Amino acid sequence: MAPPEVYEVAVLGGGNAALCAALAASERGARVIVLERAPRVFRGGNSRHTRNLRCMHTAPTDILTESYSEDEFMTDLLRVTGGMTNETLARMVVRASADAPARMRRFGVRLQPSLRGTLHLSRTNAFFLGGGKALMNSYYAAAERRGVDVVYDADVVGLQIHDGRFESATVRIDGREQQVRARSVVLAAGGFESNLEWLKEIWGEAADNFLIRGTPYNTGTVLKLMLDAGAEPVGDPAQCHAVAIDARAPKFDGGIVTRLDCVSLGIVVNRHGDRFYDEGEDFWPKRYAIWGRLVAQQPDQIAYSIIDAKAVGRFMPSVFPPIAAASIRELAALIDVPAGTLAATVERFNGAVRPGTFDHEALDDCRTEGLVPNKTHWAQRLDTPPFWAYPLRPGITFTYLGVKVDERARVALRGGPAANIFAAGEIMAGNILGKGYVAGVGMTIGTVFGEIAGREAWRGASSDTSASQAEHRAG
Amino acid sequence: MRADPIPVLTDAAVKSQHEMTVCNACRYCEAYCPVFQAMEERLTFTSGDVAYLANLCHNCGECLYACQYAPPHEFGIDVPKTFSALRVESYEAAAWPAFAAPAFRRPWTTTAVALAAGALASALAARTLWVRDESAAFSAAAARTFQLRGTADFYSVIPHDLMVMLFGAVGVFAVVALVVGYRRFARSIADPTIADLEGPRRAGIGAAARDALTLKHLHANGEDCVDAEETRRPWRRWMHHCTFYGFLLCFASTSVAAIYHVVFGWVAPYAYTSLPVVLGTVGGLGLLVGPVGLLLIDRRRDHALTHSTQASLDAPFLAMLFLTSLTGLLLLALREKTFMPSLLIGHLAFVLALFVTLPYGKFVHGIYRAAALVKFRKETTS
Repeated sequence: MAPPEVYEVAVLGGGNAALCAALAASERGARVIVLERAPRVFRGGNSRHTRNLRCMHTAPTDILTESYSEDEFMTDLLRVTGGMTNETLARMVVRASADAPARMRRFGVRLQPSLRGTLHLSRTNAFFLGGGKALMNSYYAAAERRGVDVVYDADVVGLQIHDGRFESATVRIDGREQQVRARSVVLAAGGFESNLEWLKEIWGEAADNFLIRGTPYNTGTVLKLMLDAGAEPVGDPAQCHAVAIDARAPKFDGGIVTRLDCVSLGIVVNRHGDRFYDEGEDFWPKRYAIWGRLVAQQPDQIAYSIIDAKAVGRFMPSVFPPIAAASIRELAALIDVPAGTLAATVERFNGAVRPGTFDHEALDDCRTEGLVPNKTHWAQRLDTPPFWAYPLRPGITFTYLGVKVDERARVALRGGPAANIFAAGEIMAGNILGKGYVAGVGMTIGTVFGEIAGREAWRGASSDTSASQAEHRAG
Repeated sequence: MRADPIPVLTDAAVKSQHEMTVCNACRYCEAYCPVFQAMEERLTFTSGDVAYLANLCHNCGECLYACQYAPPHEFGIDVPKTFSALRVESYEAAAWPAFAAPAFRRPWTTTAVALAAGALASALAARTLWVRDESAAFSAAAARTFQLRGTADFYSVIPHDLMVMLFGAVGVFAVVALVVGYRRFARSIADPTIADLEGPRRAGIGAAARDALTLKHLHANGEDCVDAEETRRPWRRWMHHCTFYGFLLCFASTSVAAIYHVVFGWVAPYAYTSLPVVLGTVGGLGLLVGPVGLLLIDRRRDHALTHSTQASLDAPFLAMLFLTSLTGLLLLALREKTFMPSLLIGHLAFVLALFVTLPYGKFVHGIYRAAALVKFRKETTS
């Protein structure tokens, strides 16, 4: 018999992938411990800020309209990643996503049709009733019912790995370091997007002006420990998913409410008062993810979305009030942009707007001519006060660097797959999502690979147990 | 700009505006309840808007537990608690007469004063008998009054006409105060940008009545709302049903008895199998079970869900309902006993105090919730 302090499965992390793994292992009878770095009130990693997961389905369901085939899902993935994906793993995720809603519901998760403002996702994405924190509450409650040990404020600071085998994790709890031993381990501790030092190594001083949209606890400790222990990396180490968010957002954990949906309705200028990119290139949901990088490349990593009264009510309200003024020059003074330049930029823009029929629901024919850069859709003159400005900064959602895994979620070490180390969620999402993003796919990867990792960790642990029991009997 | 009926915004109103601004940019809670659906119809929130949304809120807790911005997050979003505080302010703002508004802040004092007044009024009403009984000395009359000969004849303790006068006056006062309060509140949440008083008024009212009578929004998603994180039990809803329908049945019992007396000339006491007694007994039992259940649920409840000003309204009102019912049932059971007059005076004291405090306590939540539900149905059907 195992001594009581030895778990069959230790899960490092406390978000969606971690809990899916813990539940998959515990429903098969494994004794599981979850080590969550955050305190209970902030548990759940970035999953607490999510709201849906993408899943294929062949016919309409109670929460999804029409159908979303395996091939279509795959095509979407290949398109956004530009082929930077392990197609075998990607297809596994897509296929398994079909069963995800039913499986989630078994653990008490409640799903709903898409929210009112997100009808474009009603066919592809299953929404969590109440959002990601409600989802995590359901998972934690299910884990507690099943007797999973959950430890909060548990900071993993070391991993003991010998000959490709995990033996124990060094965990700091209440300032004291303890060893947590387990027969298998699931790494589900996210990326490194909230590690400001690490971001600075890649982006230099500009990183000081980045805002982190999610949890402050994703500092990449476990990722770094694994890479140092010889895990093969996957995904571009210098890439992160960055969107333009309201510059007044908190440094961490601003989540969904800090996003701004008005970019395509007006113009965007940098601190010099100059435009720098086509604001109307495509529908906002298809373009919002490039604006983080665009703003990051501007001086002081700041930009301003400027709209006039015609745009009010056409976009999801932001949590921060607009900076409003009766004229462009007054607005310039309020946002500390040279008034002459901004006025000239707006004048040039207004003069370049061609007549057209405005339609925000379509790629309309309202565009500019003769500007560098032009605005190719939804270009309307900025001429109706009050004028509104929203300051923009890069908001980092997640990082792409991760550990390489195989179809059984086993972590690839330099000498071959690890015997008892599995990974799920953001820490391995780079296998499937080498770059780009499509709404809800991060949660799909976490849910599917969480289940695989939990199951495989249990399988490894139980064969290990029967082997040691056999040894014991033989001895 | 919309006209804003309350010029100075209270802390709770300002906090509500902040919270609705954050919620409106998030919208994850949209499917939980009408609060968030009504919120999404607005871009900014006047004091009337937040008062309306606050009174739509049934204080379940789903949105707090689901909230990524709940305290200790710096946004500090706790809609159930903030709205529970704002509701009390909306009760005060609509109170008639206005000088009675502070009663909401001292619910136990209010109840105690009303009870003392009720006891005095009942005792004095009973005393009229002694005064009229000129042939007897005071002490002898008192002895006679308090040790009647077991006839269950309530009107020998307090004459029927006097009882009608007393309760008629208190009842009319309560109804007037509640109606004025309703009208003031409805005016404060009126929203000229949304067709309020036009369109399918009746349809809205019918649907809203169903929402209120079934407590639809405490179990709108196929199961009951949470009463603590991830625990969904039906008890809060059922105990409320016991209380509310118990109250209605008792009211019906009194109404039937009045019809018996006035129309048919059948004078109380009525048989145990008569309609007034059956209605009163069943309703009375509901008013024993419901308030006790709600008090027990309150004790267990997460303090993060309800502001203390709102929470403190519950116990006095529930205690009054319970004691009114208890004394009524005791009176019924022991009406043949010689000490019936004392029981009657006690029961009437509770009934008087209950009715006179209706417009200044927890009872009004039902009035304003109903007004908010009607507005919601009108908004969504027009």
